[in-house]
Amino acid sequence: MTAIEIPAPAPATTSQERAHKVFAFASRWRWEEVAFWVAAAISIVVFPTHLVLIAQVLITGLFALSFDLLVGYAGIPSLGHAAFFGIGAYTAGLLARAGWTEPISGLIISAIIAGLAGLALSVVVSRLTGIGLIMITLGVGLLLYEAAHSARAITGGDDGLSGINIAPIFGQFSFDFYGRTAVIYTFIVVFLLYLVARRIVNSPFGLELKGIRENVRRVPAIGVPLRKRYMVAFTVSAALAGVAGALLGQITQTVALSSLGFDRSAAALIMVMIGGMGTLIGALVGAAAYMVAQDRLSDLNPVYWNFWVGLLLVLFVLFARGGLIGGVDRLVVWIRSKRNKA
Amino acid sequence: MNAPGDALATVELCKNFGALRVLREVNFTLPQGCRHALIGPNGSGKTTLINVIGGALAPTSGKIVLEGQDITALTSDQRVLRGLARTFQINTLFPRLTPIEAVTMVVCQRRGIGASLWRSLKRSHEAIDEAYTILEQLHLDEDCDRPTAQLAYGRQRLLEIALALAARPKVLLLDEPAAGVPQQQSGEILHVISSLPDDIAVLFIEHDIDLVFRFAERITVLVAGRILCEGTPAEIAADPEVRRIYLGDEVHV
Repeated sequence: MTAIEIPAPAPATTSQERAHKVFAFASRWRWEEVAFWVAAAISIVVFPTHLVLIAQVLITGLFALSFDLLVGYAGIPSLGHAAFFGIGAYTAGLLARAGWTEPISGLIISAIIAGLAGLALSVVVSRLTGIGLIMITLGVGLLLYEAAHSARAITGGDDGLSGINIAPIFGQFSFDFYGRTAVIYTFIVVFLLYLVARRIVNSPFGLELKGIRENVRRVPAIGVPLRKRYMVAFTVSAALAGVAGALLGQITQTVALSSLGFDRSAAALIMVMIGGMGTLIGALVGAAAYMVAQDRLSDLNPVYWNFWVGLLLVLFVLFARGGLIGGVDRLVVWIRSKRNKA
Repeated sequence: MNAPGDALATVELCKNFGALRVLREVNFTLPQGCRHALIGPNGSGKTTLINVIGGALAPTSGKIVLEGQDITALTSDQRVLRGLARTFQINTLFPRLTPIEAVTMVVCQRRGIGASLWRSLKRSHEAIDEAYTILEQLHLDEDCDRPTAQLAYGRQRLLEIALALAARPKVLLLDEPAAGVPQQQSGEILHVISSLPDDIAVLFIEHDIDLVFRFAERITVLVAGRILCEGTPAEIAADPEVRRIYLGDEVHV
């Protein structure tokens, strides 16, 4: 056929179609997500001397992502989230020391233990909001830190756990000196859990989490049992944080007391703020930005690191509430509107 | 007191805030499908009554009966699932969600899939279509994909009602549905309410006496936490005590 095809006029979208598109749009793959994962995969090939840093960025990103589920989606603030990271790390470490060296089942057991801890905490805090939640989570985090500090016989106290031996993955891939196995293992685990988290936030449950964030008073009045949702949110978030901790313990073959520390909880909050709250990928981008900056700036002058973090935080809160992801989105909209005018 | 045809009844309902007795032995019945107005001067306990019936506040004493079943011990969300929904005098919405998201959330909850972590919302076409139909009924279909915070105030008032309707209530409590809306639009909101399906019993608080007399089938007058009287609009308008205490000389029915 050589006849010129006349394009059919685009059918005007009805408002009902637009209604469905709201959900399709919310769960679309954003280009930032694709870019992050492609960049992470490429960096493994391009920076063979930085594999440990890359793995740590991914692990910290998973931890920040678990935190984003609570604070960014459900609007539940917490300053003790490192507790679950630490519980996961110690579980994996103690398991391996006790002779259970198979890594994947180690991750699963760590996730379950950390998830149960999250469930227990949620029962305590589910009647609280705002400042009460912040104080309780902070308090529980500090308690756990001191408990681990004094329980030398189990946790090694200040020295932490070291000399953790992990069996080869599937009995095939042993953890090598350069961290090649470790980084690939980490990449796969974090990516799979990213897909899980993505699925959760785009489910009816995920929508209810946003509802809780947007108006916690209205939620019971539309039939949502708030306590049960808190319990599930804490459990899932804590389990993901536990996997992150367990991964770090496995690939570094050590567990430090600082894995439970307040600094880690605070860093998660900062990373999610910088990356963009309630976007999932923002947590990973924020973790990458934070850790790479820390790596570079500490080389320059370690004293100034806190100064830069403080400055960045103030600037982001004042001028870029949506974080890096929100900022990039706005930039894209601005460029498109310029181009349309031209 | 609690006839089989009653959708909702309160029995000797009392609510004290410390020494302040806000509700005093309120015995109130709402027949099925009725359009019932709750009026009374400021501070007479109207909103408190809605809060106690809806479950936001626990009564000091007394019972709340929904379709013959005592629901006094149930939480707000359990009452919603039993068919008792409410709206708020001050917009209590989800600012950054779109109306279709907010209403779909309620629909999913009612359908029992609200706790599902693994189901794809995007593919829950039936729930989305049902939510859309409700928005259509309330003339919110054109605005369904705009963030709630960007909607005009009057539209937000309609969304208040849409959220409650999505729970498919048998009893709907509306706390000043037209509060703060200019007079020409408040008629539209009340018109939407009066055209709701017949099987929904509606209890609404409204200050505009003209609207009350136009849309209510029955009226209860609450004064100082006590039911002063109850009856059809004509009976209420003729009641000398109501005229004296509440309506003053403004009645022109």
